[in-house]
Amino acid sequence: MAAEVNKILLIGYGNPARADDGLGPAVAESIGLKNLPGITVEADYQLTIEDSAQVAEHDVVIFADASVNCSEPFSFEPLTAKEGGSFSSHSVEPAEVMALAENLFKSKVKGFMLAVRGYEFDKFDAPLSEKAKQNLEKALLFLGNLLKTKNFNNLQKIISCS
Amino acid sequence: MSNSKSKRVIIEPVTRVEGHGKVSILLDENNKVTQARFHIVEFRGFERFVQGRPYWEMPVLVQRLCGICPVSHHLAAAKAMDKIVGVDKLTPTAEKMRRLMHYGQMFQSHALHFFHLCSPDLLFGFDADPKIRNVIGVAIKYPELAVQGVMMRKYGQEIIKATAGKKIHGTGAIPGGINKNLSIAERDVFLKDLKQMLEWSKGALKIAKDYTVANLDTLKPFGSFDSNHLSLIRKDGAMDLYHGNLRAITADGKKIFDQVDYSNYLDYIAEEVKSWSYMKFPFIKSLGPKKGWYRVGPLARVNTCDFIDTPLAEAARKEFMAVTGGRPNNITMAYHWARMIELLHSIEKIDELLHDKDLQGTNLVVKGQRRNEGVGLIEAPRGTLFHHYKVNDDDQVVMANLIVSTTHNNEPMNLAVQKVAADFIDGVPNITEGLLNRIEVAIRAYDPCLSCATHAMGKMPLKVTLFDYQGNEIASKTKE
Repeated sequence: MAAEVNKILLIGYGNPARADDGLGPAVAESIGLKNLPGITVEADYQLTIEDSAQVAEHDVVIFADASVNCSEPFSFEPLTAKEGGSFSSHSVEPAEVMALAENLFKSKVKGFMLAVRGYEFDKFDAPLSEKAKQNLEKALLFLGNLLKTKNFNNLQKIISCS
Repeated sequence: MSNSKSKRVIIEPVTRVEGHGKVSILLDENNKVTQARFHIVEFRGFERFVQGRPYWEMPVLVQRLCGICPVSHHLAAAKAMDKIVGVDKLTPTAEKMRRLMHYGQMFQSHALHFFHLCSPDLLFGFDADPKIRNVIGVAIKYPELAVQGVMMRKYGQEIIKATAGKKIHGTGAIPGGINKNLSIAERDVFLKDLKQMLEWSKGALKIAKDYTVANLDTLKPFGSFDSNHLSLIRKDGAMDLYHGNLRAITADGKKIFDQVDYSNYLDYIAEEVKSWSYMKFPFIKSLGPKKGWYRVGPLARVNTCDFIDTPLAEAARKEFMAVTGGRPNNITMAYHWARMIELLHSIEKIDELLHDKDLQGTNLVVKGQRRNEGVGLIEAPRGTLFHHYKVNDDDQVVMANLIVSTTHNNEPMNLAVQKVAADFIDGVPNITEGLLNRIEVAIRAYDPCLSCATHAMGKMPLKVTLFDYQGNEIASKTKE
């Protein structure tokens, strides 16, 4: 029987001042404006360890980020908690946030990664590129429907729309 | 290049603007290290980008430089803009709110570095499998410690949110003051957890101190060297992380300059450009580029100050200085211990500020006679941060010069890498896991900011490449 999903957390992260790196926050902003019941939306520059505490308070977490190499226009896939550790960054990866939530707060959260394909990351204070905007629109359409139905049980395979 | 039997290492043009670490090591015919360089890809285009923008945007705009320490950029720019609007002294409420914001930033940043990045090295050892030598490994083996790290970071972030309006890229500090005070309700939330934060800070300090003292023989030579040290200092010689004058000392503790008004920094500090790095190399003018480089950050700050004005951190400073007989501590790995002294100092300062009724004051902004130039300095978690702007009569920024902490530590980090490489690679033309680990540990002691500004999935390696005396690449390893 499918587990009931009451509390969903969406974290869109990236740097909106760096062109397509802002795709994650753009996802968060658009979804946040919908004020969907049971959905908590956060936008941040990067993921950090304390995100694990908030993740642990939810049934489902969706991380939204720009990607330099995912399939176009976006990919959406289940995320498994994974041990890791980066060299020197103060940020952590989504799978590490989930691993921290599991290990530290005994979380049973179900995680998903929404990666929206970006192309331009090297400009300051630049808007999303046109291609990234198109990818964002498609990703939002998909995510908006998913958040309305809250059916996360059949999403075991990578979804990539073209 | 260093000799006729070695070849120039060409650094390919790098277009990526986000940070990543790249280390090149050059060997001689006997496979001894002749040169090791730590290349940080730093894009200084931001200084150009802000030109033409109105000056009042700066405190918010410059935070986009960095996702890790936006508060430091926010406050350094705000301090520079205070000068632009002709304000030399803020109201007590404005200054204390900014200080609370800053100590919240210092607290969360130091906690994060210690528990997330440094503690795995200390708890598991340099040679431990990287698969467990990380924060998840700590979470599994030392869950209580890991929870402390998360909750301390969260506490500091909430202070930032309460003082700056948002956790990331807040708007609290404005030219000439601050745009909000701290409500009683907000204050009481922080007071509730204060004692716990203090206890955990003491615990973290003990771990760092005990580790350093127990391993002193190993740590003393590890990536270490004598250096000058630079930081802001209060007029009475106390450590002050928010404001003060510049002091620089030699490796022996002799003052190179003292109580220098930082608005005049260009009379004392210059920046050298090197062909192989996008990053500049700052140095003390009177000593020249070869001898004038220096370290900044926790180690430098504990070395340069005469005392710390909070009791627990001062007691810890005395213990720290006793290890080197009162002489400045030049042990690179002692950065961690110094950082935890500052962690404790920060929570003591937060305690002090939360009990100060000025935080509920309503006099938030001061106005003055408009100026065309302003310099703002602050002691960011990683070290002294310089912001310098010129503004035209139309209120547009026409010049910006930013020297970030990691830039000050550029030369020291290069030396640390060179020393570690020389100690562990001589005669063996190979990049072992042990070498990679140690280079990583030496760089990490400085807590450099390599991830400024953007991070998109799939970007963030440390790459070490080994070249033989003919310039041929003979080995390369990447730590993701």
